[in-house]
Amino acid sequence: MQNQQPAATNPKPWLDPNEQPFIRISNLTKKFDDFTAVDNVSLDIYRQELFCLLGGSGCGKSTLLRMLAGFETPTSGRIEIDGQDVANVPPYDRPTNMMFQSYALFPHMSVEKNVAYGLMRDGMAKSEANDRVNEMLKLVQLDGFATRKPDQLSGGQRQRVALARSLIKQPKLLLLDEPLGALDKKLREETQFELINIQESLGVTFIVVTHDQEEAMTLSTRIGVMDVGEIVQIGEPRDIYEFPQSRFVADFIGSVNMFEGNVVDDAENYVRIHCKQADCHIHVAHGVSCTENQKLWFAIRPEKMTLSREKPESNYNFVEGKVDEIAYMGNLSVFRIKLTSGDIIRVTKSNLLRRDEDNISWDETVYLSWEDTAGVVLMQ
Amino acid sequence: MKKNSWFITIATILGFAFLYIPIISLIIFSFNESKLVTVWSGFSTKWYGKLLSDPQILGAAWISLKIAFVSASLAMVLGTLAAFVLVRFRKFHGKNLLSGMITAPLVMPDVIIGLSLLLLFISMESIFGWPAGRGLTTIIIAHTTFSMAYVAIVVQSRMIDMDGGLEEAALDLGAKPVRVFFDITLPMISPALVSGWLLSFTLSLDDLVIASFVSGPGASTLPMVIFSKVRLGVSPDINALATIIIVIVAIGVVIASMQMKPRKTS
Repeated sequence: MQNQQPAATNPKPWLDPNEQPFIRISNLTKKFDDFTAVDNVSLDIYRQELFCLLGGSGCGKSTLLRMLAGFETPTSGRIEIDGQDVANVPPYDRPTNMMFQSYALFPHMSVEKNVAYGLMRDGMAKSEANDRVNEMLKLVQLDGFATRKPDQLSGGQRQRVALARSLIKQPKLLLLDEPLGALDKKLREETQFELINIQESLGVTFIVVTHDQEEAMTLSTRIGVMDVGEIVQIGEPRDIYEFPQSRFVADFIGSVNMFEGNVVDDAENYVRIHCKQADCHIHVAHGVSCTENQKLWFAIRPEKMTLSREKPESNYNFVEGKVDEIAYMGNLSVFRIKLTSGDIIRVTKSNLLRRDEDNISWDETVYLSWEDTAGVVLMQ
Repeated sequence: MKKNSWFITIATILGFAFLYIPIISLIIFSFNESKLVTVWSGFSTKWYGKLLSDPQILGAAWISLKIAFVSASLAMVLGTLAAFVLVRFRKFHGKNLLSGMITAPLVMPDVIIGLSLLLLFISMESIFGWPAGRGLTTIIIAHTTFSMAYVAIVVQSRMIDMDGGLEEAALDLGAKPVRVFFDITLPMISPALVSGWLLSFTLSLDDLVIASFVSGPGASTLPMVIFSKVRLGVSPDINALATIIIVIVAIGVVIASMQMKPRKTS
């Protein structure tokens, strides 16, 4: 497989305003009767990116992918791939290939024939196609399975055949619909890294649709989080996790504790928030554009809180509660702390010691504290 | 479950006996020496020989086979088209009505189908002059009409089970729609086509009522000939003929049901 595209010089092209996007989606809308599946989505994706569309079921991510492949016609808006408007290009003429969630392997054809199908439709000579197929099967570690039928393969092997078949034509853009959804957890983790390796070695641009946030975090250069047909945030995995822009994103990616409160002190380089429900004062060490008394939310991740028996000295950034539930998960333990208000706060603690004689146990009164940079202030 | 297995065994035996004793006795008596249909007097294959030298029966059998072959083939094509529309087209006006109507011939009494087709043929002839008179053509059209419903149902259920992603995958890999149909759709639904065809073939061979309505001079099907012969008294050569038909139909049904099963390789 030769890399037809120039090597990416810029590892983060989306930060460079002069960079030309490879795929440009503008104001794309898709309606099914009265139902709006994709609602005015605009999105730029750059060459050699591994972009994940992440969202719950019915958020429109698959419809967006199917419009890129040409299986659905947009109600309005434009899709440009490599500078070409693909609105009227049927799926069989698009420079894209797709890997289906069900894999959609042709059951009446051998692995070899499945993979070669795309090449044969392009009218490639048999001998040349054979070489390409063998090379591709080697890449996905399936040499020796060429003559098998799909129903003689395991789930993981089928997934590889589907990948090989969708890559054989060296598409400019590969669309993957829940590529790892049907695999069990262990296999999925291994395959994630293989997918990244293949993507990097071939230099193809990938767009992956997934509902699994862990998968999106591992795979992608950037993630687009979707909700009811709209893209609510686009960013690198770390940005999405650490700097969510809305309560939906904070809640959807990982777990989060949310405090609703009012601004009591709005200064240039800090904000004080009072949360009535949990009766706690929150100090945030950066300025926020807000007005006094405005209602907003403070979101903090479970691993960014510290659990202790002693009451902290400061009079802000802590809450008091009772241990309600402890879940030991091996690498870490999850504590559910019940506040006097009845709210439950989740906090995780890494299990650094194999034996913890002095561990906090059920019904103890504990204090949860956090740094003044540990959380995010959300307006919506 | 195990406790009352004797009950299930007896029920099974009785059920199958009820179904198959008449057929088996017919087959046995087809090898009867005697001219009397119900009295056994020794083994003989003479009735088969007599059958094969009866030009009327051979001619009728040939007509029946021709009709069955042509109408099954037409029904397969038309029924598949109907199934395609019902499964693949997005909701259109009257789709529910159409899918309900496609099954009507399955529950409609043969007499009514026969009579209504006869009236249609007569008025068509008086308006366009086609079909001229009644005969082979009209029987073929009639049989195609009701067989098509069976094909549509068999093919429809197969197409619903089929993963729609397969055709999209082929399109995505560069096959044009016609190519996709022949490369993917057709091989996927071919078991249903074969069983639909065989079903139509046997239904057509079987039919007496509809054929009697729409038939004309010189186009007597085998069931029509048998029926008219039996009216004058059952003769042993009819047993022989029935045995041959049973064997042919049984082979057809077995092949059809084998095609319907999901294919398992390895």
